Amino acid sequence: MNNTLLPSIRSFPAQPLARRSLLAALAASPALPALAQFRVEVSGVGLTQLPIALVPFKGEDASPQKISEIVKADLERSGQFRGVDASGQSMDENARPDLTLWRQRTADSLVAGSVTRLADGRYDVRFRLWDVVRGQDLGGQSYTVPQADLRLASHRIADYVYEKLTGEKGIFSTRLAYVTRAGGRYTLWVADADGENAQAALASPEPIISPVWSPNGGQLAYVSFESRKPVVYVHTVATGQRRLVANFKGSNSAPAWSPDGGTLAVTLSRDGGSQLFTIPAGGGEPRRLTQSSAIDTEPTYSADGGTIYFVSDRGGSPQIYKMSAGGGNPTRVTFSGSYNISPSVSPDGRWLAYITRTGGAFKLQVMELASGTVTSLTDTSADENPSFAPNSKLIVYATQLQGREALMTTTLDGKIKARLAGKAGDIREPDWGPFQKQ
Amino acid sequence: MLRRSLYSLAIVALIAGCSSGTKLNDGAAGAGGAGAGGTGGAASGVAPVTIDPNAQTRQGPVGVARIVYFDFDSYTIKPEFQSLIDGHARFLKANPSRQISIEGHTDERGGREYNLALGQKRSEAVRRALTLLGVNDAQIEAVSFGKEKPAAQGTGEDAWAQNRRAEIVYR
Repeated sequence: MNNTLLPSIRSFPAQPLARRSLLAALAASPALPALAQFRVEVSGVGLTQLPIALVPFKGEDASPQKISEIVKADLERSGQFRGVDASGQSMDENARPDLTLWRQRTADSLVAGSVTRLADGRYDVRFRLWDVVRGQDLGGQSYTVPQADLRLASHRIADYVYEKLTGEKGIFSTRLAYVTRAGGRYTLWVADADGENAQAALASPEPIISPVWSPNGGQLAYVSFESRKPVVYVHTVATGQRRLVANFKGSNSAPAWSPDGGTLAVTLSRDGGSQLFTIPAGGGEPRRLTQSSAIDTEPTYSADGGTIYFVSDRGGSPQIYKMSAGGGNPTRVTFSGSYNISPSVSPDGRWLAYITRTGGAFKLQVMELASGTVTSLTDTSADENPSFAPNSKLIVYATQLQGREALMTTTLDGKIKARLAGKAGDIREPDWGPFQKQ
Repeated sequence: MLRRSLYSLAIVALIAGCSSGTKLNDGAAGAGGAGAGGTGGAASGVAPVTIDPNAQTRQGPVGVARIVYFDFDSYTIKPEFQSLIDGHARFLKANPSRQISIEGHTDERGGREYNLALGQKRSEAVRRALTLLGVNDAQIEAVSFGKEKPAAQGTGEDAWAQNRRAEIVYR
């Protein structure tokens, strides 16, 4: 994918997309059932949302993907944008917008572009972003992509717009991993951050749980029960190559990558009880991290790699603790409630998301680590397994809606939620992948 | 030793997993033979089918049940299961070449990984009870399925009580 900058007031380096090779490799594999057209359902109202108009791209009618709609859904799901009616208008990236018209429609900014099928079958996608209030050209880009990467190009446009207008990096071109159970079979999927474009990485008659992305976004570690016990695999997504990294006597579970990708923290019962160990990501001898007669499990590293957060019932009920990544004296992090599990630390180090049990319900909460202030984020009662977006602005989690397992994203204030609603079976165990190399 | 077995397993995995979208065989889990218990008669009748857990296991001691049930939030073996434990202990001591897996399970409430650890507590309670009676620990592997393999579907105490269990499986 070529990614070229259109003439603009600021310049970004042009870089190829790293995912091209991956998508090509997956496309070459035997076709697995295509899943899950996901739908974004935004519920709840945010306080300040930037009004933005997404004009239908010129040539979009003939394109297999509606670029402007994908970009709009991405931006709205972030909770920071509100789409403004752009109906009846047509323009591309070369036209100068009628600012008076767009101001009347209360748009603060505007995206216009085009998508053109090239002679070799690839598509040329171009766009330009305008500041309607100041009448300023905020730049644009062009991408040359195969048809399979049209969604990716759209997510890249959303990332560009998000970063220009909020100053924060966008996460729309990142990937999610999750697991479905349907008809007694379990499938591990890799999907776009909006849940679309899901591709099967593993299908099994036995459960798959706890997938986690490697820091470079190329591998997944997970727990598979295919040998009638839980063992930990590392799976290279682009090739399908799998490696057993923890298959010791007893149960092997809860993998977590160190931020440098060199080490996995895991829970092993090989010495009796569930205890934390580290193990080289390439395989090797485990080193025991905790020495307790209690349950110690669900390790997760802080972004700087110095701290491991984990769950322990050493105090009589499951609570979240932290300790030095090399082991040592744990200190307790959660104090309210009698059941706090599944910690996830935001990449910026400010937030801890976890699940608490209150009155028989399991609820997603987020703690601001500096102040200890806790916010409850959901109205659902069977929340599980939160995972932060790499820009620390959204959390994906599993829950139950109308009796079905579903995935949701939420902003950290709980005000904007979107359901990533699939058709096929129960959806669970989400993990949000890192920023993609561009 | 461990290292070597890990490497050989890794090699097997490498050979097995050379294409993307890896697909596993259904065979490993066992067919799970079904014993029909239809009452017959009414045209609208539904014949309940019970999956026979013994279909997944080789023969252990004849006439000894294989499933220990636990109370809510409990990991201690209730007195009514002591004769079950005794029966398996006698069999394993008389047949020192036989090996078992003890598979711990929980009900559906709570997180998957924490439930995996709770199920492990149940399987290890059974393991300890057997070793206390003189069974060689090398004959036993205690593992957990957490809440992933409920024996009874559904929500409510009836289903949950059937799911809080440890199953003894002869290999």
